[in-house]
Amino acid sequence: MPESIPQYSVEIEQLSFSRGDRPIYTDINMRFPKGKVTAIMGPSGIGKTTLLRLIGGQIKPDSGSIVFRGHNIPTLGRKKLYQVRQDMSMLFQSGALFTDMSVFDNVAFAIREHTKLPEDIIRTMVLLKLEAVGLRGARDLMPHELSGGMARRAALARAIALDPKLIMYDEPFAGQDPISMGVIVRLIKQLNDSLGLTSIVVSHDVPEVMSIADYVYIIADQRVIGKGTPKELLINESPLVQQFMQGLPDGPVPFHYKAEDYHCELLGGIK
Amino acid sequence: MILNMFQSVGEAVFDRFAGVGRASIMLFGALFGIPNFRKGFPLFVKQVYVVGVQSLTIIMVSGLFIGMVLALQGYTVLVDYGAEDSLGPMVGLSLLRELGPVVTGLLFAGRAGSALTAEIGLMKSTEQLSSMEMMAIDPLRRVVAPRFWAGLFCMPLLAIIFSTIGIFGGHLVGVEWLGIDAGNFWSIMQSKVDLVDDVFNGVIKSIVFAIVVTWIALYKGYNAIPTADGISKATTDTVVQASLAVLGLDFVLTVFMFGG
Ligand SMILES: Nc1ncnc2c1ncn2[C@@H]1O[C@H](COP(=O)(O)OP(=O)(O)OP(=O)(O)O)[C@@H](O)[C@H]1O
Ligand SMILES: [Mg+2]
Repeated sequence: MPESIPQYSVEIEQLSFSRGDRPIYTDINMRFPKGKVTAIMGPSGIGKTTLLRLIGGQIKPDSGSIVFRGHNIPTLGRKKLYQVRQDMSMLFQSGALFTDMSVFDNVAFAIREHTKLPEDIIRTMVLLKLEAVGLRGARDLMPHELSGGMARRAALARAIALDPKLIMYDEPFAGQDPISMGVIVRLIKQLNDSLGLTSIVVSHDVPEVMSIADYVYIIADQRVIGKGTPKELLINESPLVQQFMQGLPDGPVPFHYKAEDYHCELLGGIK
Repeated sequence: MILNMFQSVGEAVFDRFAGVGRASIMLFGALFGIPNFRKGFPLFVKQVYVVGVQSLTIIMVSGLFIGMVLALQGYTVLVDYGAEDSLGPMVGLSLLRELGPVVTGLLFAGRAGSALTAEIGLMKSTEQLSSMEMMAIDPLRRVVAPRFWAGLFCMPLLAIIFSTIGIFGGHLVGVEWLGIDAGNFWSIMQSKVDLVDDVFNGVIKSIVFAIVVTWIALYKGYNAIPTADGISKATTDTVVQASLAVLGLDFVLTVFMFGG
């Protein structure tokens, strides 16, 4: 590919971030190729959501750069940041639907705010998105009337409402039955291919991720411990990577939040 | 030891000022962005309904009772001096100058302020504000600004309604029940109550209270720690701090307006 066409939608370089005294990332480098699905996997609490928030500019890193379509996110002023965000979208881990609006209005929200389209076109757009996630019939329900899985799918419809350039999915498969899971997996892939957008998927569901991701990052211990295409990762030698891919509790990746020795603590600190 | 004490006092004061600074920046961010009337106006109207119209009942009932009690208490004192005809101005002035703005401010802090804080705090804890940010919609403008303007618009009106109903309550007790001459009640009130000195100053007070109460409520909600605990603390803080601010500012304003 020639130099002039940027190959990556998001480039993260030498990024460090800590919460209080606890480092979450130290000098991490990641690249998310344009028009591809890139997955991020890693143990719970390692900072995957934090990474998405960093890309979205909701929190600022201690150092390093995050370049999205030529803009270094941490250096942008408020106004510019809001402009840049119009090209991205995020599915929150909690769904984060607006509780005072119906499902329909939730999905229509961003369209109404950012465009001057007439209401009948908005209606068509919204129904298309809701149909895609199987919730066209639930359009008049309020968020508290939805099940957990339905709320997530509604949130997914909302996230794709304006066909952004970059979509970040924070655990899109959590709480879905096998059928909706299959639907969502295909939806993410299909959106990616038909609209040419860039997708970042955070998920723990190894088989699903492997089936749609073009590239995978596994993070643990404040850094990238494994990366590559799904095929490369499956034959990756690293014990860290293998432990994660096969879901073994014991191994180089610690399952527990950093703590003092378990037996020692149970015995009240007697060594 | 003493040095430590100074240090912690200093830090507390500094924190307080930093807090006020942050709150002002937030307020300015919310209010002086480019207004968009096509989108902003419906939001404003909705908040006027939530903040203002839904507070009407408590304001009207309180106004009525306070007016009646005022007349009753005033009568028992005034009648000893044969001055019961002054009941009209007494009721009118107390309501317009003091009780209207102040009691409305206190009730507004309890009724609408706490609701604003809880609502925004909950929107924060459920990541609704974050997701709005990620949709490139500024929650300060979309959520905070309409609520602020609605508070600012409603509270002076509520204070006027409070005073009006209070005077009516005073009339009920004084004229209808205790038998003061209706003509005296109204005409002496009219001659004693000055439009600028009394009515306008009362309105100015309630505008100041409106700014302070709504501002505190919104700031506390927006900066609440996003947990059940944090929101309950923020709500309490709103009611306590807004009420104290109303009472404190009332004293200051009274000194300036009526002290000299
Ligand atoms: N607001 C916050 N204040 C302080 N620490 C936080 C905050 N949010 C997250 N953390 C810490 O940052 C770390 C990373 O959190 P994050 O939510 O990014 O994890 P995650 O990888 O998304 O986990 P999961 O897979 O469980 O969603 C966690 O260990 C958490 O303790
Ligand atoms: Mg997470």
